[in-house]
Amino acid sequence: MVETRIVIKNLTVSFEEDSYCLKDVNLSILTNEILGIIGPAGSGKTTFLRTLNRLNDLYPDFKMEGQVLLDGKDVYCGWNKNKLRKNVGMVFAMPNPLPMSIYDNIAYGPRMAGIKKRKKLDELVEESLHSAYLFDEVKDRLDKPALKLSGGQQQRLCIARTLAVEPEVILFDEPCSGLDPISTAKIEEAMAKLKEEYTLVLVTNNTKQAARVCDRTAFFLMGELVELDDTDTIFTVPKDKRTEDYITGRFG
Amino acid sequence: MDYKAVKEFVVEKAILVCGLVSIIGVILIFFFLLREGGSFFLKVPLSEFLTGKNWYPTSTPPQFGILPLLLGSLIVTGGAVLLAVPLGVCGAIFIAEVAKGSLKEFLKSGVELIQAIPSVVLGFLGAKVLGAYVMDWFGLDTGLTAFTASLLLAFMALPTIISVMEDAVTAVPHRYRESAIAMGATRWQTIYRVVLPAAASGMAAAIMLGIGRAIGETMVVAMASGNAAIIPKSIFDPVKTLTATIATEMGEATGTHALALFAIAIVLFAITLLVNVTADFLIHRKRVK
Repeated sequence: MVETRIVIKNLTVSFEEDSYCLKDVNLSILTNEILGIIGPAGSGKTTFLRTLNRLNDLYPDFKMEGQVLLDGKDVYCGWNKNKLRKNVGMVFAMPNPLPMSIYDNIAYGPRMAGIKKRKKLDELVEESLHSAYLFDEVKDRLDKPALKLSGGQQQRLCIARTLAVEPEVILFDEPCSGLDPISTAKIEEAMAKLKEEYTLVLVTNNTKQAARVCDRTAFFLMGELVELDDTDTIFTVPKDKRTEDYITGRFG
Repeated sequence: MDYKAVKEFVVEKAILVCGLVSIIGVILIFFFLLREGGSFFLKVPLSEFLTGKNWYPTSTPPQFGILPLLLGSLIVTGGAVLLAVPLGVCGAIFIAEVAKGSLKEFLKSGVELIQAIPSVVLGFLGAKVLGAYVMDWFGLDTGLTAFTASLLLAFMALPTIISVMEDAVTAVPHRYRESAIAMGATRWQTIYRVVLPAAASGMAAAIMLGIGRAIGETMVVAMASGNAAIIPKSIFDPVKTLTATIATEMGEATGTHALALFAIAIVLFAITLLVNVTADFLIHRKRVK
């Protein structure tokens, strides 16, 4: 039985008058799927992602119309925004661990949520590191600064940190854009495992990555959702000419 | 021959000289201070100078104990720091993290405006207006007290603290804030748990620079602190600071008295140097954690 986790209705987003970042986007995100979002630079992929956890609220000129529903509740008026962001975690394009130890980076979210017991925190940290495929590499130096890790490790730390807050949905904003192929493979492996428990949305500039890991893929162009279908279909028999042109590298 | 090489050489050396001039200046100042002040210590031992309770430079025999002056400087500066640091920290956080748009610009230029007030004007206002209020509020015999001077000094140290600290807070990379917020942190949790720790060394440096400013300030304390070289019993007593002593006594000081003022200058120099080195250390300290 396929459940719907997030429903987006007639979503239009703008940061300036008479210019749209997203235009009348309608789509649903299913529970325990990896939804890929591809499209050229400036097509609104990241804006779309940041609308889901209300991170666009940080920009004073952000304006939106339409609805985003998480579990049937409106993200912009039904949810408390801090609670929403705990439920909808995010991994950024550039790894952005906080300037503290590895342990503290992961314990940050749970501590904020009021968990103080050392034992419970230890458990959460270990579990999250395991799920992000990082535990074995850092288990002996949890008290070392997170910024000393390599880029790929930092990014997996960011995934672990997101998991420690126990979200339902995780948004990935080009998580591998600065990483080497081996680190990328590790993160993709982690994502494939994570979808058993979470719902993932992956924005990527790498169409091959979308083809490898996503269940369904959406193609955005200039703020519009051009096509959304099973990844196999999108990459083999796309319905729209523009999708075909993009994935075959004819424009973009 | 080679015009470019000559030009390169001349420019390089000219810059070198410019750089050296300021260093040479410091060395000369240090040299003269030590020479004048040093000969004072041949007459009065250092321990007696630092711990003597009486500053009677013109009586016979003269007594050169700067303990009351040290305490005066300490109590005035300490009071100013206690007032200015919390205000400065909160002000800087507000300007850097909370205030937006025109309010932010207004506050920033307002803070800078404080710095534009000549200290003699502030001292004059403080002595005449604030002093009268202080006398009234606390039922004192005189309004010229350590407290009055502390209030004014706090006001003067605020712009330094706020502007340096605001820079430190603003310099915290935006991605730290984003990552905390994306994990569901409220604005206050983000500021308190992420932004402030990341800015801590810069903030500490701002406080040290503010303290340095307060210790070295002369005109305001000379005008508003009452200039009584006695060991203060409370913050509402008149005091005399190291700086004010040099400024008010140098006109008529001769002989050993004049040398004693140089010795005070050495002490001041040492204190401000210590404060500045600490600030420098805090700014450049590698974050370990």
